[in-house]
Parts: sequence; structure tokens; C-alpha cells
Amino acid sequence: MPVPLRRKGGERVNNPYLPYPVRIDDIVVETEDKNLKTFTFVFLDPADEERFAYRSGQFAELSIPGKGEIPIGIASSPTEKGFVKFTVNKVGLVSSYLHNMKPGDIMGIRGPLGNSYPWDILKGKNVVIIGGGFAFTTLRSSIVYMLANRKDFGKITVIYGARTPGMLLYRDELMAWEQRDDIDMHITVDGTNDPNWKYNIGFVPTITEKKAPQADDDTYAIICGPPIMIKFTQPVLDKAGYAHDHIIMSLENRMKCGIGMCGRCNVGKDFVCKDGPVFTLAQLNTMPKEY
Amino acid sequence: MKVIHIHKTEWQGGLDKARSGYGLYGPVRQGQDDPVFRPLGPGEFPEMSFKNTKMSPKELVHPQSEPLFRYTLDPQAPDHDILKEVQKDASPKALLAVRPCDADAFLLVRRNFDTPVYKDPYWVTAYESFTKIGLACNQACSATAFCTSAGSGPFSDAGVDVLLVDTGDAYLAKVITEKGGQFLGACGFSAPAADGEARIASLREKAEATIASFVHTDKLREQATIELYDAPFWEDVSFACINCGTCTYSCPTCWCFDIQDETRGKQGVRMRNWDSCMYPLFTLHGSGHNPRGTKLHRVRQRFMHKLKYYVDKYQDGIQCVGCGRCIRLCPVNIDIRNVCNMMNGYTACACAAS
Repeated sequence: MPVPLRRKGGERVNNPYLPYPVRIDDIVVETEDKNLKTFTFVFLDPADEERFAYRSGQFAELSIPGKGEIPIGIASSPTEKGFVKFTVNKVGLVSSYLHNMKPGDIMGIRGPLGNSYPWDILKGKNVVIIGGGFAFTTLRSSIVYMLANRKDFGKITVIYGARTPGMLLYRDELMAWEQRDDIDMHITVDGTNDPNWKYNIGFVPTITEKKAPQADDDTYAIICGPPIMIKFTQPVLDKAGYAHDHIIMSLENRMKCGIGMCGRCNVGKDFVCKDGPVFTLAQLNTMPKEY
Repeated sequence: MKVIHIHKTEWQGGLDKARSGYGLYGPVRQGQDDPVFRPLGPGEFPEMSFKNTKMSPKELVHPQSEPLFRYTLDPQAPDHDILKEVQKDASPKALLAVRPCDADAFLLVRRNFDTPVYKDPYWVTAYESFTKIGLACNQACSATAFCTSAGSGPFSDAGVDVLLVDTGDAYLAKVITEKGGQFLGACGFSAPAADGEARIASLREKAEATIASFVHTDKLREQATIELYDAPFWEDVSFACINCGTCTYSCPTCWCFDIQDETRGKQGVRMRNWDSCMYPLFTLHGSGHNPRGTKLHRVRQRFMHKLKYYVDKYQDGIQCVGCGRCIRLCPVNIDIRNVCNMMNGYTACACAAS
């Protein structure tokens, strides 16, 4: 039997390329260079929100008819209801167009896509989140998720750095987390002229060396950041004794389909879009460095 | 398995009977050129004496360019900026005279589009709408064909519903699937062939003996991905490549594609177009970073995908049917047989010592 493009009786189509229609509900400029904005979307059909059930670490294709699609990590947490959030860096055709769109505009979201962080493994464990620059979106999702299910996790440590205080994402939330005693926050900047800056100054690897807990079987590190940060953070984690299957990373590659079919985002036999984007360092050690 | 005898004088009449129930597709020769696969108009019949077509019939299932969705950007329209699916033709079709290698190729590609997690509705609908009537090759189509060692063969019936075998004045039609039997029924072909299976087996043996070129694939699975990836021969293999993409477009088992929106005025379509791992834009990040930025990366990707990644992913042979098109059409004579044999025979320590 051919797969029907549209099932009879008006039930939703079974087409993985078809986005859910959404309305832009809110747009927040995140960084002082105005290159990062957080978009809050609401599904036009409320039932689509349930169909879009996701886990932290997954991504979606933001779809703008006439422009195309971009794969973006989901910044909201599955514990936040009524909307989904994405923080988008202005880079190319679609993201630049998106940056000029307004609340109320209609577009599409296709997903959720990819594998997510390994929440079944992380349950009951200590989690160290290490993030740099604007690669903090799915980490924000993860932190919100863990805080909403706080009893399911051991110690939560967050090391997050940006070039300047004005380049940190989600500043209000970071400050709110700083006030809590159930999450160990280490915010840092490369440098600042702000005399009132009361957090760390220094690169993420340096702060990680000082603040990351010693490794054990029950402690996992999740790292997202620019390649240079990852390059210098990994030896620090090695020194602290983190096994490579306890270091979790999220990759990015150019994508189109998001479902493992179009052929461009593979790293070896694995597709970043479908088999990833989350891989352990132990897995990455056996794969070509094509990312 | 049932074998039907079709005298060649009955062939066209039978096809005419089937036209009411099936759209007919087959190779058509235009002038002196190689035949191409396309829909057959009224009174048109498939070319039955050809070696193989320059382009495989993959385009009938996976068109070089096809619309996936339509949209309107007109703010006055109630459904503006919402994608509408383009309905695909799911009516029964018959793909006539497809060569066994090309029919096999559909099975290899199917693993990509028809998965336990996602089904590509466009590809799957098109694929399943076809009844595939194979035409066995009585002799090697070319000195570059290596189908028998690539998991296919001149009489392979893996991807067909009926396999036709040309015996001079008749076709022996081996019925492989129920779908195939239904098509033969629609044509009115029902005469059982005496000794059908035995005659096909004998012709098969003769045909397979004419395939004179081989690849070795037995060690590909046990090779370590990273060692093959870092092998020194990629520099030589890719040296002459001009990244033209001919190999990927002519390959019946290549499926990579791009998705692009095309708007005219306020109306537009989201299109799917063939793409190729030979092109730098295929993997270029928005940041300017390109994980496969050199032609060595791209040539290596093509061969590693077909001969190692696919083998590991599906644990069942290479992503190649040995049709030999990429060898014949490559403007700089890159030969997948040599590359495959190098990969198969590679030992990292021997290279480190040299």
C-alpha cells in the first residue's frame, strides 16, 4: 500500500517535511550586538503542541515560506507549556529574514528532530553544564528541565561564559539561578570594563579547571560551545578524570531534511540530524572530524 | 516460480491491453542517442534492444526537481505563509525494461527513504506506484560493468516484479511478485513456458560469464572507519577530480538532495532538487566553515559513503550495483573499482611502514 500523503478523515498528515504552522508571539533581543534574538512561537493549532512533544537537546527546522528552513536547537524546556522558544543568531538568508519579522507573523516549525541529551542515563546523576557564547540554547532548555525535576538529579553545576557581560544569553534567568542554592552557577566573561561585575573573569576552560567537580561514575559533563572552547576544555576534563563516555557534546552541520535523508550532515555513517546531534566524546573519537 | 512465454509478436498487443490500467514507462530512443526512460505516449513502446541507458530510471521515482509544497505569501489570503502539500500521482504504473542493476538500486535507495522512523511520502508513493518489469542482460553491457561482484547481476531479480529474458523470438517472463503477475494478467500473457526455469538458468550462467570485471568487498566491513578515512591514497584518488558531479547524477544509488523555495510574485513552491556531495556548497555552514571544504574531503565522502558507511549502517553490502556508469562517464577516469579494491585491501600498518 502506498503511504498516503493525507489520511482520510482529516487526520493530520504523515509528512515529515510539513511544518506545523506557528505565530510569532514575542521577540527578545538577547545580546548587545543585537545579533541574537529569542523568538517565542505559539502553535496555530493547539493540538500541534502535543504532537511537538520534545526533549531537551533536540532541535527543529524553522520554516519561512519563500526563504527556506534553518535547524535551530530548542531553547525552551518541555516543562514550559503553551509556547516554544528558539534563540537565533543572524547569519544567513533565513536567519536574517527571521530577524526582521514581527510578532504576529506566521511561519512554520518542523520537528522535534534529533536524539536529545541522554536523559534516561542522566537521571539520578550529577550534571556539569559547560557552555560558551551563543551555544547555550539547548543548555538553557536542559537547566530549566532539570530545575523543574530537581529531585531527579544530583548536583547541578553550570559554567557559562561569553566575551562580555552583554553577550551572555538569558541574563535575567542566569541571575535568578545565581540566587538558588540547588544549582552551582559559575558565570564568566572574557573581559569587562564594568566595575560592578561580580562574577568570574576568564575563559571557560580556565574556569572549568577551577570549578568543575572531580569526575566519578555518577558525574556527566555536557559541553556546547565554539570549537576553540571545546578544544581547550577537553584536556581540562581529561585532567579532572572524566571518561570520554561521560563527556556529552552536541554537533552542528549544514542540514536540509533533518530526518537523515538528504545526505549532507553525516559524520561517518551517522547523521547529525537523526543519529545526533548529541554524541559522547567516546563516540566522536571513532568518527571522522567532519563537523 | 511461474514462467510465462511471451512471443515477441504478442508483446506490443499485450502492452496496449495494459494501458487502460497502467501508465507505461520505459526506455525510448531519440535519434542516435542512448535511450532515456520516460512515460510512453499512445502507440509508443519501450526500446527492448539497448545495452543500458546513460541515465538510470531513478528520476522516475526521485525526480531531478520536484515540488513538495505550495504556498502563497499574499497577506489577503486566509492561508498565507502556510505550506500545502503537492499531491503525488499514486496511480498504477509499469516501469518496462528496467535493467536488473537499476531495479536493484531502488532497493538500496529505499533503505534511505523508507525507514522505521520516517517515510519520505514522495519517494515511497512514487516507488510503490510502479510495477517493475525487468529485462535481463544476456551479455555484459560494457567492459566497466561489475554487477556480479557488487551484489547484483545481469539476471538479478531482487528489485523487479517480473524478469523478462530475451530468447530471440520470445520473452520468458519470470513472475517474481504478485504485483508482477497482475501486470502480466492485464497484458493477457498467460502461456506457461516449457522448461522456463531451466532455460533461464542456462542463459543466466552464460550472461554472468561475460561480466569480466570485479570488485573485492569482503574486508570492507572489518576495516576501521578512521583508518580508511586517514588512508594516504585519497590524495591520488581525488587528484584529477574536477567535482563535476557526473558520477553522482548518473549513479542509480545516489539520492542526495537539496530543498529550495522558489517564489514568483506572491506564489511559490518548496522544491526538492538533486544535490551532490561533490559540491562545496553541499556542506557549507552559514559561518563560512566547511567540514568537507576540499575536493579530497568530497571525493572521500562519496567513496566512503558507498563502500564503508553504507556497509556499516545497514550491514548488508555496498551502496553500488556495479552498473559502471560512473566509470564510463567520469571525465578524468576515476574508477570506483580501483578505489573499492584499495579500500578492501588496505592495511594501515603497511602504509605507516612505507
